[in-house]
Amino acid sequence: MPTSKFLAEPEIEEATVYSTLRSRGVSRRRFLQFCSVMTATLALPDSYLTRVADALETKQRPVMVWLEFQDCAGNSESMLRTSAPDIAAFVLDLVSLNYHEVLMAGSGKFADKALQDSIRQYKGKYIVVVEGAIPHGDGGVYCTIGGRTALSIVQEVCKDAAAVIAVGACAWDGGLVAASPNPTGATGLQTVLPGTTVVNLGGCPHNPANTAAVLTHYITFGELPALDQYNRPLFAYGRLIHDQCERRAHYDAGEFVEEWGDDGSRKGFCLYKMGCKGPESTFNCPTVRWNNATSWPVKAGHGCIGCAAPRFWDTMSPFYRRLPSVPGFGVDVPIGEIGAVLLGAVAVGSAAHGISRAIRFRKEPSEHNTSADPEPSTPPDGKPIPNEKEN
Amino acid sequence: MARVVIDPVTRIEGHLRIEAELQGGKVSDAWSSGTMFRGIEIILRDRDPREAWIWAQRICGVCTTVHAMASVRAVENALGVEVPDNARLLRNIIAASQNVQDHVIHFYHLHALDWVDVTGALKADPAKTSQIAQSISDWPKSSAVYFKSVQDRVKGLVASRQLSIFTSGYWGHPDYRLPPEVDLLAVAHYLEALEFQREYIRLHAVLGGKNPHLQTFLVGGMATSIDPNEPQAVLNPERIDLLRQLATMGETFVNQVYVPDILAIASYYPDWFQRGEGLGNFMTYGDYPAGGLKSVASYGFKRGMILNRDLSTVHPVDPAQITENVARSWYEYDGASGTSLHPSEGQTHPKYAGPQPPYEFLDVEAKYSWLKSPRYNNMPMEVGPLARMLVNYAAGQTDVKSAVDGALLAAKLQPQALYSTLGRVAARGLEAKVLAAKLSGWIDELDANMNRGELRIHNGEMWDPASWPKQAQGTGLHEAPRGSLGHWVEIEDRKIKNYQVIAPTTWLAGPRDANGVRGAYEASLLNTPLVNPEQPLEILRTVHSFDPCLACAVHVVDAAEVELAHEILTCA
Repeated sequence: MPTSKFLAEPEIEEATVYSTLRSRGVSRRRFLQFCSVMTATLALPDSYLTRVADALETKQRPVMVWLEFQDCAGNSESMLRTSAPDIAAFVLDLVSLNYHEVLMAGSGKFADKALQDSIRQYKGKYIVVVEGAIPHGDGGVYCTIGGRTALSIVQEVCKDAAAVIAVGACAWDGGLVAASPNPTGATGLQTVLPGTTVVNLGGCPHNPANTAAVLTHYITFGELPALDQYNRPLFAYGRLIHDQCERRAHYDAGEFVEEWGDDGSRKGFCLYKMGCKGPESTFNCPTVRWNNATSWPVKAGHGCIGCAAPRFWDTMSPFYRRLPSVPGFGVDVPIGEIGAVLLGAVAVGSAAHGISRAIRFRKEPSEHNTSADPEPSTPPDGKPIPNEKEN
Repeated sequence: MARVVIDPVTRIEGHLRIEAELQGGKVSDAWSSGTMFRGIEIILRDRDPREAWIWAQRICGVCTTVHAMASVRAVENALGVEVPDNARLLRNIIAASQNVQDHVIHFYHLHALDWVDVTGALKADPAKTSQIAQSISDWPKSSAVYFKSVQDRVKGLVASRQLSIFTSGYWGHPDYRLPPEVDLLAVAHYLEALEFQREYIRLHAVLGGKNPHLQTFLVGGMATSIDPNEPQAVLNPERIDLLRQLATMGETFVNQVYVPDILAIASYYPDWFQRGEGLGNFMTYGDYPAGGLKSVASYGFKRGMILNRDLSTVHPVDPAQITENVARSWYEYDGASGTSLHPSEGQTHPKYAGPQPPYEFLDVEAKYSWLKSPRYNNMPMEVGPLARMLVNYAAGQTDVKSAVDGALLAAKLQPQALYSTLGRVAARGLEAKVLAAKLSGWIDELDANMNRGELRIHNGEMWDPASWPKQAQGTGLHEAPRGSLGHWVEIEDRKIKNYQVIAPTTWLAGPRDANGVRGAYEASLLNTPLVNPEQPLEILRTVHSFDPCLACAVHVVDAAEVELAHEILTCA
């Protein structure tokens, strides 16, 4: 059997997240900053900060194995871009990433041994992350690793896991690989693991801030965060993009990009007419953003493609076709017909969401909701859409 | 004879398997197999060509921009659309920064552990590491205290007994030759490069909303609005400044960390400048237009071929000479088509003919891969950074010539040392140096356009499908980090009729062709010595020197009149 110099080291008390951080000179202050970011992403009240910090100080770093099947490695790359914690802290301090084909040192037999050792030594305690779809067609010959099918590997590895997380659209519901006509008979992870709760972090790719937050929640509370009907964490997938969008005020004002590169595009007008799927998609993309909160697609001038929606490749495309109609007004209403109150509100720069609320209050007072919950939204085509209610 | 199997080959993109036969401690034959197929070309059929780039982009999340680029170019070529100057500049900036980012990640995170023993760093004297660091570079993070902190971090990891990504290395392998102090230097820069890649690629987030999978390309241009007087424009003076800062940061890291590290590490492995030479034929489509895409002569990186390692002549490239071969791939072509077709009329009918899983060995005498085998005029070609550097060196491109000559002088090597495993590694670093330097020029041009009121980013003449001809065909060529990438699209009745991709890794990692001729991976592995077949480190060195991207390498196409068509993609 392959051996490793590292594994020959004498047994020492296993490390917690904080002790590992401290050993590399991370200050208490920076540690608490990290805890604070995680608490905020999880939408937990501030009072939970100490609980998160206590857990990371005292609980053992969990072992993680990350499997890739029919994927593009985009979710691995997205994880590399995580900023809170950074990727070095993620793989060296927050978890022990014992198997991950993109980053791990060993290949072939050594890689396989690392996987087998992890699932045996940490039986019932390790976390599995899966990236990519799993093909069933023709006996699973469309994805093999070490001569074994993706299906047989995933079922063996997930059997004794403490938690199973699907990152990205492909692992969630087959994603692009399962898009019509699904040439390889690809499915998402849940389909091959009946009876197991798979946490789905959809998106193309997943947003690493959410993934880190799920892990922090797991380490802190010993359980997964609250999930919606698709087993997606509510803190990340509970609200419509449209309701959190920085361009929402322009939608409500009837100000749209009409052609690519026009005046409206330079003024940051709404992209609804260019096919934006924000009104039908839930995700915290506009608030968490990407790449150290630098931007997100709508801010960068292109409509949302609804990448966090179920079976989005088939249900949200054609991506440049505008959605049939969306509740609220603006789209087909000339600016002049919209009340001066609204324009005034835009002029003073009220938050977009507050504006939409004001409009709806005027129009349909009964819908006004003073709680923090997002407003109910009716899909234009009557299709059921993901549950937007926060618990 | 013994058979060595490496599956999975890790620290790559995708699913690659290498089988090698050993004789007298050396590789006597080798087979490269891609073991995953998705069928993206089949999935693209009947969809709106304007959004093909969004789908094709998902061929690869590592070289995340390259299939988007090739796709919009193919559709624009089919529809006869020219993009505005700002779109050209934005695309050059995105492509060059993608290359720099990919090359840095490749060297530190996908390749370095073939040369660097992480456990060696534990024994290092940080003060000596500091001296070495300061002798090779002006990079400021070079104090003994700093390297001590990195060493402590590695020690802490060992003490925790949870070694994470370092769990399974070939540590202690006798062919790890670096002194502990250089091991420590490399480990420190491995960690710094993790920070670098996160920060640098914010460039893509500014321009495309996120990375991976930027969302900013359009057939006809880009969605990145530009306006000097609009705070809500995607690019305004403030954001241009941010782009400049990030570009400068990239140039500094490449010049002060990446390139010096390559030279320092390579100096302990001189024999690897004489091994892994492979095919000796090199091809590049060229890229980075200074004007319209059709004006190939204006490209910053030239198009051309080097044959038989002869740098005295740069041969022209005629894309009509490209074919894809399926004699040893798990596909079949229609009866009359033989086993070789030009991609514009390519077919992809997947037909698995390998052993039923679980299996121990592939039947390498028959078909053995989901990759096809591309050929140019029936010859296999090496594509990638080495091909680009050689062609531009031979063509006398000043920036490439000065970078290559400078490195050869510093390493006391002749140009023929480039035909090797470490030659590929060095060429990649030198390309990053050249491209990192070009970035600021394009940002300046963009800034100048903006300030003189040239704000166009999109040509909408052909946006409305009603304006399209009933049928159209187009080709989109691009130089991706791993080499030459081509997309071929056929449009009929406003929908995609046929779509075909030949990715760089298809060129490199493909199996044998109908004549039994090996591709680049297989050829380059011949005669590789293995100290310990249980730890085939030497095979990984050469395979990794190509930077495999298997998801790209497998694609799918359909034939006219045939209902099913598939392809596999090998990566950029």
